[in-house]
Amino acid sequence: MCGIYLDHQSACPVDPRAAKFAEGFQREFGNPSALHSRGLAARVALEDARAKVAQLINAEGPETIIFTGGATEANNLAIRGLAQRNAAKGKKLLASSIEHISVLNPLKDLKKMGFDLSLVPVDCTGIIDLTLLESMISKDTVLTSLMYANGEIGTIQPIKEASDLIHEKGMFLHVDAAAACGKIPVDVQQDNIDLLTISSNDLYGPQGAAALYVKPGVRIQPVIFGGGQERGLRAGTENLFALAGFGEAARLAKQEMAEESSRLRPIRDDLIKEILKIEDAYLTGHATKRLPNHASFRFSRIEGESILLTMDAMFNIQVSTGSACSSRTLEPSHVLLAIGLKHEEAHGSMVMTLGKSNHPDQIPAIVAAVNQTVQRLRAISAMH
Amino acid sequence: MAQIGYSKKVMEHFMNPKNVGVIENPDGYGKVGNPVCGDLMEIFINVKEDKIEDIKFRTFGCGSAIAVSSMVTEMAKGKSLDEAMKITRKDVADELEGLPPQKMHCSNLGADALHAAIKDYWVKIGKIKPEEAKTEEESQEGEACGTH
Repeated sequence: MCGIYLDHQSACPVDPRAAKFAEGFQREFGNPSALHSRGLAARVALEDARAKVAQLINAEGPETIIFTGGATEANNLAIRGLAQRNAAKGKKLLASSIEHISVLNPLKDLKKMGFDLSLVPVDCTGIIDLTLLESMISKDTVLTSLMYANGEIGTIQPIKEASDLIHEKGMFLHVDAAAACGKIPVDVQQDNIDLLTISSNDLYGPQGAAALYVKPGVRIQPVIFGGGQERGLRAGTENLFALAGFGEAARLAKQEMAEESSRLRPIRDDLIKEILKIEDAYLTGHATKRLPNHASFRFSRIEGESILLTMDAMFNIQVSTGSACSSRTLEPSHVLLAIGLKHEEAHGSMVMTLGKSNHPDQIPAIVAAVNQTVQRLRAISAMH
Repeated sequence: MAQIGYSKKVMEHFMNPKNVGVIENPDGYGKVGNPVCGDLMEIFINVKEDKIEDIKFRTFGCGSAIAVSSMVTEMAKGKSLDEAMKITRKDVADELEGLPPQKMHCSNLGADALHAAIKDYWVKIGKIKPEEAKTEEESQEGEACGTH
């Protein structure tokens, strides 16, 4: 039996067209900072990628895009770069309680440097409490960081509403859109976003590439110092191969996203409908305000790592889990705890994220595998 | 599978665990772990002529928790109670060709569950007093996860 890959949130295959496009730049190598013809050709390719990424999020222009080596780096640059550059405006930082760790950890590090951090709670579906957000903003708040959509529970945030509240008070908004870009339309001008993180691999581009959008007029400082590449905000020779692929993947995503999302949504809906027929199975995240490729669950009395291993070893289906037992730290997922799950409930989570390789014919096999997996583990389980 | 590096032996026992189930009215019963921490293990034993004649387990937990339970029941079956009491967490991990370092403590509760079941039997036959059956290794509940 051929495998079914349902973990696109962790890693996507590179789109063959983006890979082919990028391949050209392995031969046509050159340092984009060099002035000779090879360098200029590389510069043209780099700027082409920049323009394509800018278009995906309807940015004001290519110069708003700062390339980085990954979404974690883009998040670090956004948070440290903005907070430290604008510390004179205030030293209070806000973020939702379900942000990615590459947002939460730089924020926590800033706390050690004298910044004050508060986390905005979310409801049981993962939506931020806008009233609370408004009440938490003070004149000393310099930055709020909110994710466009959550990779673990799929919930999409009311970014426009949050942005209005934040900008009314004259503060900055960073949006981590790593999970959202390429799956739902993201428009930085319409949503009035100051800083936005975009990941290449989440768009079927190569790994090791990402971008931070910086709205014209918003000042940040670098976290990596060196030769002054990327407007001095991210030193280091650009990874042209990966970035060329990233640009092409962004162009394809802009063209094909609407169609691909409408293709995946019914598959996701069928999976949710069928899997929720299992006794004591629950959806995690929001029922409708969720990414079109995202289905996430929890099952009582069984543990997520066991689910992942059984699905993989017995059925060759790859899924993900927020269970503590599958993490390096053995800490349960902060996202699942933030939406109000008890520890023992958070242990039983399973996440399926669909992608280009998935099609409706796979639904029966997936549903059967989940049924058998849950049955098998419950038969072994000491919880009743 | 390779994400946390389970050995082939762990996967074998996880995929085809031995001695899963319940013994009705067992001679000895032990339950250790805490669902809050993601691991809960129970072991049932029947004893004949001071030997473990039958043994069953049920476990809520990760891949290694299930493999550990299966392995410890295999190791204990047919052994005398005194011999079975000597099986350590490390023995079980070694028999499984090792466990990932972060899993050595939290999910490696098989030996504890086995010892608890044996002591439960000894209490029942009056060999030891109930207070002697309690040892630190079985009082997991209430402890912080991953630190025991």
